[in-house]
Amino acid sequence: MNAMNSGAMTSNVLEVEDLQIVARIAGRDYIAIDNISFSVAEGHARGLVGESGSGKSLTLRAIMGLLPANVRVTSGVIKFQGQDLLAEGGKYRKSVLGTGISMVFQEPSVALNPVMKIGKQITDSLMQHSDLNRKQARERAIDLMDQVGIREASKRVDDFPFQLSGGMKQRVMIAAALACGPELILCDEPTTALDVTIQAQIIELFKKLRSELKVSLLYVTHDIGVVAELCDAISVMYSGRIVEQADDINKVFSHPRHPYTKALLSAIPRIDGPIQRLKGLDNTGPSLTQRSQELAPPMTNVEPGWQIAPFEFADLDALWSASSHE
Amino acid sequence: MSKPIFEARDVSVTFNVGRGRNKSQVHALKKVSLDVNEGEIVGLVGESGSGKSTLARVAIGLQKQNSGELFYAGQALPKVRTLEDRRKMQMIFQDPYSSLDPRMSVKQAIFELLDTHNVLPKEKRLDRCKELLSLVKLPESLLDSRPYAMSGGQRQRVAIARALSLNPQFLIADEAVSALDVSVQASIINLLSDLRDSLKLSILFISHDLAIVRLLCDRVNVINLGEIVESSPTLSLFDNPQHAYTRQLISAVPKLDAIVRNAN
Amino acid sequence: MSTSLSLRPNILSRLRGFRVNNFRLYLGIFIIFVVVAMAVLASHLTKFDPISQDLLNTLQGGTAEHFLGTDNLGRDVWSRLLYGGRTDLFLASIAVLAPFVIGTVVGAICGYFSGWVDTLVMRIADVVVAFPFYVLVISLVFILGNGVGSIFIAISLVSWVAYARIVRAETMIVRSKEFIEAAQTGGISNQKIITRHVLPNVITQAIVYAMSDIVLNIGVIVTLSYFGLGIVPPTPDWGRMIAEGQQFLAGGYYALTILPALAVVITSLGLSFIGDGLAVALRVKR
Repeated sequence: MNAMNSGAMTSNVLEVEDLQIVARIAGRDYIAIDNISFSVAEGHARGLVGESGSGKSLTLRAIMGLLPANVRVTSGVIKFQGQDLLAEGGKYRKSVLGTGISMVFQEPSVALNPVMKIGKQITDSLMQHSDLNRKQARERAIDLMDQVGIREASKRVDDFPFQLSGGMKQRVMIAAALACGPELILCDEPTTALDVTIQAQIIELFKKLRSELKVSLLYVTHDIGVVAELCDAISVMYSGRIVEQADDINKVFSHPRHPYTKALLSAIPRIDGPIQRLKGLDNTGPSLTQRSQELAPPMTNVEPGWQIAPFEFADLDALWSASSHE
Repeated sequence: MSKPIFEARDVSVTFNVGRGRNKSQVHALKKVSLDVNEGEIVGLVGESGSGKSTLARVAIGLQKQNSGELFYAGQALPKVRTLEDRRKMQMIFQDPYSSLDPRMSVKQAIFELLDTHNVLPKEKRLDRCKELLSLVKLPESLLDSRPYAMSGGQRQRVAIARALSLNPQFLIADEAVSALDVSVQASIINLLSDLRDSLKLSILFISHDLAIVRLLCDRVNVINLGEIVESSPTLSLFDNPQHAYTRQLISAVPKLDAIVRNAN
Repeated sequence: MSTSLSLRPNILSRLRGFRVNNFRLYLGIFIIFVVVAMAVLASHLTKFDPISQDLLNTLQGGTAEHFLGTDNLGRDVWSRLLYGGRTDLFLASIAVLAPFVIGTVVGAICGYFSGWVDTLVMRIADVVVAFPFYVLVISLVFILGNGVGSIFIAISLVSWVAYARIVRAETMIVRSKEFIEAAQTGGISNQKIITRHVLPNVITQAIVYAMSDIVLNIGVIVTLSYFGLGIVPPTPDWGRMIAEGQQFLAGGYYALTILPALAVVITSLGLSFIGDGLAVALRVKR
């Protein structure tokens, strides 16, 4: 399955192979993530799309090593620059977190420390990993703030988070994520809490960072529109599995193959194009404890770099029957 | 068709913030006027802090306006609403996880309103509950369910059923689908649209999501910083936006079709 | 996905919306059941009158007659423990009721309406809290005079504040929920909103606190008696037993002090378990 990007000239920054995650609830184990595989090619952005309960955030957290206490990775490999992050109890992961890989969270107002100046928060991880002195760190913070489009950075560097708007806070978070010059940024719904106009600015910022810094993104969101704007590869998740993924996002958007992808795309209201009735579903898949515990059958290639899961696995039935009254 | 069922005339709301020396006033709404005609779905679009939710709260009577007047079917709504006023309009809230009392079953929640208003004979109330559930396309088996046992979409349907229980002619939906997943959101949008047709409802649909408003509404008002900057029929608003802010909003929405077109 | 870690959602929990998981709750109920049963059935568990003196048989160790021995006035220790428990438990539980009711109602009203009533009541509460609890209760009993009635009034005057504060804070959280606004727009009266929507959702905290409050009350009552305030002798009571037993500690009569102290500890432990257990059991699913 890791053959999917090998056709391209670029190498993969991140490779997830046959990742399985199990959650222990009320003394029983349930499969939360079922053998998923995907990769992020160097300088590329992959959108990991799904609705609530699909497992997209859990996947991201597994990469970061931020799983809740009752959830664990049972099998699979997560490789960053070809090296296994999970090996040796996550020793390698520890060394690359913050430097090679960084993360941007959904709620910047929660992710920022309210009593710490933003300049200091931006360079916090940098100070850990390098021997910059305070003055140099401050200069670097101002540079980074410039880079993420915070005007008058030299004045704002001493502001506290409460003095900034939501969009500005998210820029600060992105600046902090860039501080150590990462090759990969993991994004967990970074624009969901923001207004559309601010969201558009943050998307522009990510685009700029991609082209200028060649940084790769794994972008987790429920918003397919954002993925359409920003990403070039897509994986659609449903009920703990990847149901369809392609290295070329346009293929999925113009000719979705999997019924769930089709359903999802036809449920999205469009700002342009014809006005037509949406196709709604009544739920977003069975809850974790009600899922089929059979292992997912392997995905099949539609063509190189475009894969779908077999349609007939049991969990989709619930979805269709629930929507049948529509 | 064009008779207004709800009108807001020059509604202003100011909030006092801070205390003592830091005391200041925030103008949440500045002389806002808006009307909703019978059988019409009117959109009110804005970003956070634009005053759109304040207008919803004023309209439903949760917030008193500092000046301006509200009319229902041509008659001024009093500042203190009677039960009869309450029956005319109801609200659907944003968060289905917070808009139902976690300790009340579906039946209890609907009965509470029916009992308070006492317009329906007691023996018909259970039938009314069942009728309401089928109206929002929920199975009768959910009558005794509590919110924790239901999905977000089901909860929002219950909230809609409850709002409809007293036969209001006018609904205010304040971000009623924005907390839901896209596929569930789509089914609630369809439901609202169907209810408008079958019950001849009028709806004030408040949202930050332009794409949904475009799909659902007949007319759209764009609100920014407490003022309505543009009000036009949906098609002309999106095809030919007049105000700079409207244009900015529309261009900010991520476009899916653009990329599909690029691909072809 | 749900990551709830409740142990076993059984049928009861599904029926009532309860999360019944806990060993602690059952252990607490068991302990308190035994203690209460012993206090209630005191007259069946001993043939001795707890206040009748037998000056010929003072300070005896365990004998066939008095299996926990007798005190310095020849009174049977076992029977004094049982009857003392009756006094203390009864008083402590009764003394919880008034503060519970007053505090909960005041807290709910303050939290729901806020405004000047809230400000006024909370300032009064601040004044009450500004004094150390024991100092306040002891001075009040001192002023009001010894006796059960004084203890009752003193505790009520002081401890409603805790309930009011807890319930007020919870009410303010609940008030911000949309279901309260939904009720308001439905034309439901404030009084009904408070009784139907607010109280059922906030009372849990007050009930849980009440359990630890009984413990606190037992402590107060015992302490007051220890100081010779409150319960008037010869009414048997654990506090006075501890106080009176103390003077014979030097003579090696440890049991006179340790046994009633143990009774206080076991009872408090049982109530704490119930409090903890209830906190889990009454948590509503959302």
